[in-house]
Amino acid sequence: MAIPPPEVLDQHRLTAEEYERIERFLGREPNRTELGLFSVMWSEHCSYKSSKKHLRGLPTTGPRVLQGPGENAGAVDIGDGLAAVFKIESHNHPSFIEPYQGAATGVGGILRDIFTMNARPVAVLNSLRFGSPEDAANRRLLSGVVAGIGGYGNAFGCPTVGGEVVFEPCYQGNPLVNAFCLGLVKADQIFKGRADGIGNPVFYVGAKTGRDGIHGATMASAEFGEGSEEKRPTVQVGDPFMEKVLLEACLEAMKTGAVLGIQDMGAAGLSCSSSEMGARSGTGVEIDIRKVPQRETGMTAYEVMLSESQERMLLVAAKGREDEVIRVFEKWDLHAEAIGHVIADKRLRVWNGTTLEADVPNEALTDEAPVYDRPWVEPKNPAVDHDLSNLPIPGDLGAALLQVLAAPTIASKRWIYRQYDCSVRGNTVLGPGSDAAVIHVKGTRKALAMSVDCNARLVWLDPYEGARLAVAEACRNVVASGAEPIGATNCLNFGNPERPEIMGQLVMAIRGLGDACRTLAVPITGGNVSLYNETDGVAIYPTPTIGVVGLIEDVSKVLARSFREAGDEVVLLGACTDELGGSEYLKTVHGRVAGRPPRLDIEAEARLYRCVLEANGAGLLRSAHDGSDGGLAIALAESCFAGEEPGLGADLALPASTLRADALLFGEAPSRMVVTTRDAAGLAAVAARHGVPCTTLGRVGGDRLRLTCGGTSLVDLPVARLHEAWTSLERRLG
Amino acid sequence: MKVAVLVFPGSNSDHDAYHAVKHVCGHEARFVWHKDGSLGDAEAVIVPGGFSYGDYLRSGAIARFAPVMAAVAEFAKKGGPVLGICNGFQILQEAGLLPGAMLRNRSVKFLSQQVHVRVERADTAATAGLAPGTVLSMPIAHGEGNFHAEADELDRLEQCGQVVFRYVGRDGGLGADAANPNGSARAIAGVCNEGRNVVGLMPHPERAAEPHLHHGAEGRRLLEAFLGSAVHA
Amino acid sequence: MIRVRVHVSLKKSVFDPQGRTIHEALGGLGYAAVSDVRAGKFFDLAMEGDDAAAAKAQAEEMARRVLSNPVIEGFTVEVL
Repeated sequence: MAIPPPEVLDQHRLTAEEYERIERFLGREPNRTELGLFSVMWSEHCSYKSSKKHLRGLPTTGPRVLQGPGENAGAVDIGDGLAAVFKIESHNHPSFIEPYQGAATGVGGILRDIFTMNARPVAVLNSLRFGSPEDAANRRLLSGVVAGIGGYGNAFGCPTVGGEVVFEPCYQGNPLVNAFCLGLVKADQIFKGRADGIGNPVFYVGAKTGRDGIHGATMASAEFGEGSEEKRPTVQVGDPFMEKVLLEACLEAMKTGAVLGIQDMGAAGLSCSSSEMGARSGTGVEIDIRKVPQRETGMTAYEVMLSESQERMLLVAAKGREDEVIRVFEKWDLHAEAIGHVIADKRLRVWNGTTLEADVPNEALTDEAPVYDRPWVEPKNPAVDHDLSNLPIPGDLGAALLQVLAAPTIASKRWIYRQYDCSVRGNTVLGPGSDAAVIHVKGTRKALAMSVDCNARLVWLDPYEGARLAVAEACRNVVASGAEPIGATNCLNFGNPERPEIMGQLVMAIRGLGDACRTLAVPITGGNVSLYNETDGVAIYPTPTIGVVGLIEDVSKVLARSFREAGDEVVLLGACTDELGGSEYLKTVHGRVAGRPPRLDIEAEARLYRCVLEANGAGLLRSAHDGSDGGLAIALAESCFAGEEPGLGADLALPASTLRADALLFGEAPSRMVVTTRDAAGLAAVAARHGVPCTTLGRVGGDRLRLTCGGTSLVDLPVARLHEAWTSLERRLG
Repeated sequence: MKVAVLVFPGSNSDHDAYHAVKHVCGHEARFVWHKDGSLGDAEAVIVPGGFSYGDYLRSGAIARFAPVMAAVAEFAKKGGPVLGICNGFQILQEAGLLPGAMLRNRSVKFLSQQVHVRVERADTAATAGLAPGTVLSMPIAHGEGNFHAEADELDRLEQCGQVVFRYVGRDGGLGADAANPNGSARAIAGVCNEGRNVVGLMPHPERAAEPHLHHGAEGRRLLEAFLGSAVHA
Repeated sequence: MIRVRVHVSLKKSVFDPQGRTIHEALGGLGYAAVSDVRAGKFFDLAMEGDDAAAAKAQAEEMARRVLSNPVIEGFTVEVL
């Protein structure tokens, strides 16, 4: 058997070894369509071939976990017979090519992952990263991405309730667009992507298939001659109206009981959905591409199988109950087309009328895809050893505070999230701009909190520590809203894994995630890996974005960030330690990304959560805000903003400290929270019981933020002035 | 009170309106499909928000041809109370049941934010029982809510008391440009027909109907007024 | 088959936020000669039959009734 010319392998991104593996599975040479199937299914995106070995070390189980990794999304039990279904996914490259459609279809894809499980999407968050906003090209990218996210989510009718937007030069030419979605479903009615029951019909529903997003492989293919312009891979275009109708029709169809399994056609389209559904059930799927609704003429089997046209679903129905399914889709002016059926052979068979175009064992495409143990080296970033001891302390710390407040990553993002509908569905308890987004679960007293986080600077400095810190920050944000973290999802954005130092970042970050999640008892129920994020050999900061979901038993106990009433006592829970390494202050005021990331004592972090949740349960807390991002001074300043408007000030005194003043104000020590209470003694008792340091700083009131340390004034500024700095980016770019 | 909540393909606030009417205000709510030619025994109609038919042609432009809209026109003609919210307002404008038309927001961007609206008239189906001058805080979420009518038409609307809601500052005052987020002519946030039984507004009272919500509960007062008025209709 | 193009744009009397924004952007890019921009949209209708006048009349009806909103928009119809 001969190996095809290198350019054919290159086009399909397959190695000679992989080609030989294909031949062993088939016992013959693959034809072109089959080569296409293997190409997309064995791609990094679908097979996780570089990361799989390491992902196995993540904690994925727990008493609440109803569905771990391997399905369209994860699911956790939230009581009352309900489950929360959630996942985060990247759409980085498409968003760089075409920001609006790339981001829009990213949202569309994650929404489908959720409603495929029979869950109604109720919240979307996103995590976005761009190069400097001072660069017009980045602003254009940002504005396209934001418009795309809004354009899709707003029309679909799922609120965008939170997220993060981070600006770092390393994302220039490599923006990150990660979208998170959470849906709700009755716990005993979760649907899966299965093809059970030999002879059952396989239905195709949704938008017609075009040549959108077909694997770059076709572009330079030898078959191309005249008309090749027409055949160039095109950007996927999203149709939120189609998706909305598809959502309603699918949920209604699943209610009939006639649908047995369902999977959306996302990456690798029909290839992925048909082979995975068969593989999960130990069956096979046989389809005829002539029956697949097509938007363009003359499409080959290769193109139909690899198309990534949006808003399409594959479902398996019970034989004899086809009409029930068809009727539901017709009600919504959609057409459910039977394109094949479930077969006993564990194979994917693709027919074109009476011509067999592909005949491949499912397992070969899915579970038996190659897994690599790529060489890696333990990352050693010399910037970690950078000596910060001779860093000059600014004479005017108030001016430094204003400078950090105005830094694009810290500054108010209202100018961005104002373009996202955050109120649709009428569940939003805390919207964008909060530590965590919170939605009410209708029909219950419960609420769910969600946060997506990653301080990638810290991951770049030390992937293991940075990843642990990302988990801690996301969980802390959720706890700050009064919720107990119950599950997580991750989106691992890294550079080229074929470079040992990048692979080392990936390996160590996954270890960090796993260790932190294990200790905090937060299982990771799924996620996504996006590799090769680099331009001209320069990789992005390793960015393992973490989405954490938390549960609040009583929606009336949700905590927000803002100071609420004059006279309330301001208390710092947790300890200030010397942690300027990798801080926003160091970057913004001193222009350095260096130093050792903050030390995280994960047990102290867990104690903080228990303390805050118990104190809030006892009604002791009035507000709470994570104290790490930007440091204590930023946490205090942000607590002075009532949502997006200037709010109440505070008069605060820190006890004398051995720390440098700037480390005290801007050090990003984790395991801290700024809270307010009317019963500082009661709170101190709870904190003491949990072994959490508890310092009463002063009281809420007035229109200035005053902060002294050991009698020396560090900050004394009007809240209006702080607010002006915090919103200056909005005034310039909004 | 039996309330029909219309459902078009692309409606996305139909569930919100249904929930607010039934579970918050305690009235009977029923979804009515756009292909239905009848409203049944409904005593009031809500045309909810969303992106009917994707709003690809123009907000509300296709929905107004749906069979159910003929029934709504008939219902309105007989004086039945009809409330159009956001896209529902746009649909009622397209259907000729409410005056004016919507342009893109002044900023040309979608706007999702809390606004304050002032009740200008208490003699409409949606405001009976609310004192003129009452300021209600509710969210908006739209890309095309920039109310437009020609100057003489605006004068006529004012004279006939058809301007029902205006965007105002927190204190209820006009003037501040920021208070009129989308650039609407004369800060108009909602209008009614000449019969005063058909009312449309861009803000979403149904998303601000429960105290634990970020967007508050002041929208409930408007809904209660509408549902109360329906009793006497 | 007759191809008819319907142009829809805001009436002159109606403020066009989209056109203004595009105008500003063009100015920012140095195209100082542009004194005004009006945005609009067009629809290409592929119509059965071979009676151009009838097709145009029907397109005008569609433009009036569906494709434009007479409160704010005007339209032109051309047979391609």
